[in-house]
Amino acid sequence: MLPEAVAHNHGGHHPMLAHHFDSLEEQNVASTLGMWVFLVTEVLFFGGLFMAYTLYRMWYPDAFALSSNELDIRWGAFNTAVLIGSSLTMALAVHAAQTGERSKLVTFLILTMVLGTVFLGVKGIEYADKFEHHHVPGLNFHFEPVSEMAHAQIFFSLYFVMTGLHAIHMIVGLGIMTWMLVWSMNGTITKEYASPIEISGLYWHFVDIVWIFLFPLLYLLGRTLPAVTH
Amino acid sequence: MSEHIVPKSTYYAIFGALMVGTALTVGAAFVDLGPLNTIVALSIAITKASLVVLFFMHVKYSPKLTWLVVIGSVFWLLLLLGITLGDYLTRGMRTFG
Repeated sequence: MLPEAVAHNHGGHHPMLAHHFDSLEEQNVASTLGMWVFLVTEVLFFGGLFMAYTLYRMWYPDAFALSSNELDIRWGAFNTAVLIGSSLTMALAVHAAQTGERSKLVTFLILTMVLGTVFLGVKGIEYADKFEHHHVPGLNFHFEPVSEMAHAQIFFSLYFVMTGLHAIHMIVGLGIMTWMLVWSMNGTITKEYASPIEISGLYWHFVDIVWIFLFPLLYLLGRTLPAVTH
Repeated sequence: MSEHIVPKSTYYAIFGALMVGTALTVGAAFVDLGPLNTIVALSIAITKASLVVLFFMHVKYSPKLTWLVVIGSVFWLLLLLGITLGDYLTRGMRTFG
C-alpha cells in the first residue's frame, strides 16, 4: 500500500475522478457505456427465457391462453402502473442529481424505493394466491381442465422463473437505491458527480422495460376466451 | 457536468404516454383480433420500451457509441430468437429423410 498522501494525491481535481480519466465528463461517458454493455448481457439473459416462452406458446397456445386467464389482470395492470411511476420518480431523481437539488434527489430516490417495494408486495400477494390455487409447478400442481394440466404447468413454470428473475432484479435495484440514498445524503453525489445516480437509473429503467414485455405476454393471452367457470 | 439535462416536462409527457400505452394494451387484449392480438400487444410493448430507452434512459441525447451498443442488444436478441426459431420451425421439413 502506498502512503495515504501518495495514494490520495488528487492534485486538486475532483476526489471522485479516477486517475485514468482526464475529466469527470470522460469518466461519465465511460461509466454510462459500461452500464449499457452490462444491460446488453441482461437483454440476452432474459432473452433466453423469452425464447423458451415463445416456443412453448407456439406449441401449446390453448393451455397458455387458459393459464394466462388464471393470472389476476388487475394486479398485473396495477403493478405495471406502479413500475412506470417508479421510472418517472427515478428519472426525476436523475434530474435532481444533475441540477444539484439534494433534498429533491433524496425524496425521489425514496419514492422510487417505495414504489419498488409496493411492486414486490403485490407480487407476494399474487404468488400466495398461486400456492392457494395449486398453480405452483410441482407435486401439488393442479389445473382445470385436466386435459391441459401438463402444458399449463409449463406456462406456470415460465411464469415463476420469468417474474421471479425479474423480482430478484427489483430486489437488487432496491439495494442499489439504498446505496445511492446513502451517497446522496452524505454529499458524495453532487451536480458535478451525478454519474452514479444516472447509471443506477439505467438499471432501474431496464428492469421496468422487462416488465413492460412480461405483463402483456403473461397476463393478457386468453382474455377474449369465453368466461371459464370452475 | 456537460451532459444533456432532460427537462422535467419531457419526463412527465413520457410517463403519460406509457400510462396510455398500458391502458391501450389492456383494452386491446379484450378485443378478439385473432392472431393480430399478439402483434398489437408486442407493438405497444416495443413502443413503450423505445420511449423508456430514448427519454428515461437518455439514449436520444447520447453519443453514437451508446446507440451502437443499444442497437447491438436488439441485434443479438434477434439472432438468439431468429436462429433458434429457424431450427424449431423447420424441423418438419425433412430434406434428407
